[in-house]
Amino acid sequence: MYPFEQYHSKALCQALVDQIHLMADRPLRFMEVCGGHTMAVRKYGIPSLLPDSIMLLSGPGCPVCVTSSLFIDQAIHLAAYDRMTICTFGDLLRVQGTNGSLEKAKTEGKDIRVVLSGLDALEIARQQPEKKIVLLGIGFETTAPTTAATILTARKEKISNFFVLSAHKLMPPAMEAIISEGIPINGYICPGHVTTITGIAMYKKIVENFGIGCVVSGFEPLDLLQTILMLVRQVKANQPKVEIQYSRAVKPEGNPKAMAIIEEVFETVDEWWRGLGILKASGLKPRDSFQDFDASEVFSLPVYEISEPEACICGDILKGLKKPQDCMLYGKNCTPDNPVGACMVSSEGSCQTHYNYAGIN
Amino acid sequence: MCLSIPAKIISIEGENALVSISGMRMNASLSLLSNAKPGDFVLIHSGFSIEIIDREEAEKTLEIVRHIRPIK
Repeated sequence: MYPFEQYHSKALCQALVDQIHLMADRPLRFMEVCGGHTMAVRKYGIPSLLPDSIMLLSGPGCPVCVTSSLFIDQAIHLAAYDRMTICTFGDLLRVQGTNGSLEKAKTEGKDIRVVLSGLDALEIARQQPEKKIVLLGIGFETTAPTTAATILTARKEKISNFFVLSAHKLMPPAMEAIISEGIPINGYICPGHVTTITGIAMYKKIVENFGIGCVVSGFEPLDLLQTILMLVRQVKANQPKVEIQYSRAVKPEGNPKAMAIIEEVFETVDEWWRGLGILKASGLKPRDSFQDFDASEVFSLPVYEISEPEACICGDILKGLKKPQDCMLYGKNCTPDNPVGACMVSSEGSCQTHYNYAGIN
Repeated sequence: MCLSIPAKIISIEGENALVSISGMRMNASLSLLSNAKPGDFVLIHSGFSIEIIDREEAEKTLEIVRHIRPIK
């Protein structure tokens, strides 16, 4: 039995809510930059527990939402190769490229499979040596070491038909870009599982350069409320700092073994983010020494122009500038069953979570 | 996407662990961890254990909240 059910305790959550109401004496805007938090905040109805003066914003923390149409187009291009299998996490399946989605390509007969782990893709490569297996590597620092470890296993076992098309991204450049664009926020609710891997050193720059507090949060209602209280206290004391609320899973130094594996396999590259454009050194690509596993090196890939669905305001929503319900497509032309923008495709996208938990208004 | 689920390690063989998630059993790689042992709760992400959950810290967090003085 999961022993931490007290993180849902009504009495403890109420004590936190009372404190927040007592202390929040000014308008405050806190941004979460983790899709898991976006979902948890809505699922547990956290905004309804807060005073009107506290606004929670969703940032660019959903990997599916920030991935470009170019990546989808390249994946669909690869799927047309002879004896090719594309392995993807399920969330990516319905994201629109320029001419349709991976789901559409699948219905047209391409071999596109949903996996839960890179290791599942590697197992397919082991069992079907006559096929080429490409894993679509998306996700932040939490997922990057799992892809890197899978590549290391492939090398160790001399599996030569396994490749990765990487769109892995790093969180801090996006967090800095949000502030640099002048989007007003008073604190970051920092991504718990990203920080499990990275540790907290990367947030010090945000505190020192921008005076914005960073609290690393867990995902249960008590976690989120305690994090908000910690941020409120920081603002009131005028002492922005890096704090860990999610101490049961996050050590200040992170997971050094996972970080070393990322460092061994990947190097940073400039990467495009929906809403933020190209951010310097914000993406991960296999190093030259691992180029035999890099689908972008092994296969010839056209560079497609990045296209965005007409009238979709995903980009502004991902920066906290607009809300899902500000979009003219929301709940009408764009729903979880028939999504237009990536934020409605992903189960942790701002639009889909808002639709699922708060309805169409 | 960064969703990670707590699971209890049942047994370990090499770099692989048999884990239980609320009674459901599955395999998870331990290649990103150094010191996991049977009985530990770990966070599972994309088939990998990414961290051991520190139960003492879990209790400390709750203790801090329990000591928040009620508002009169």
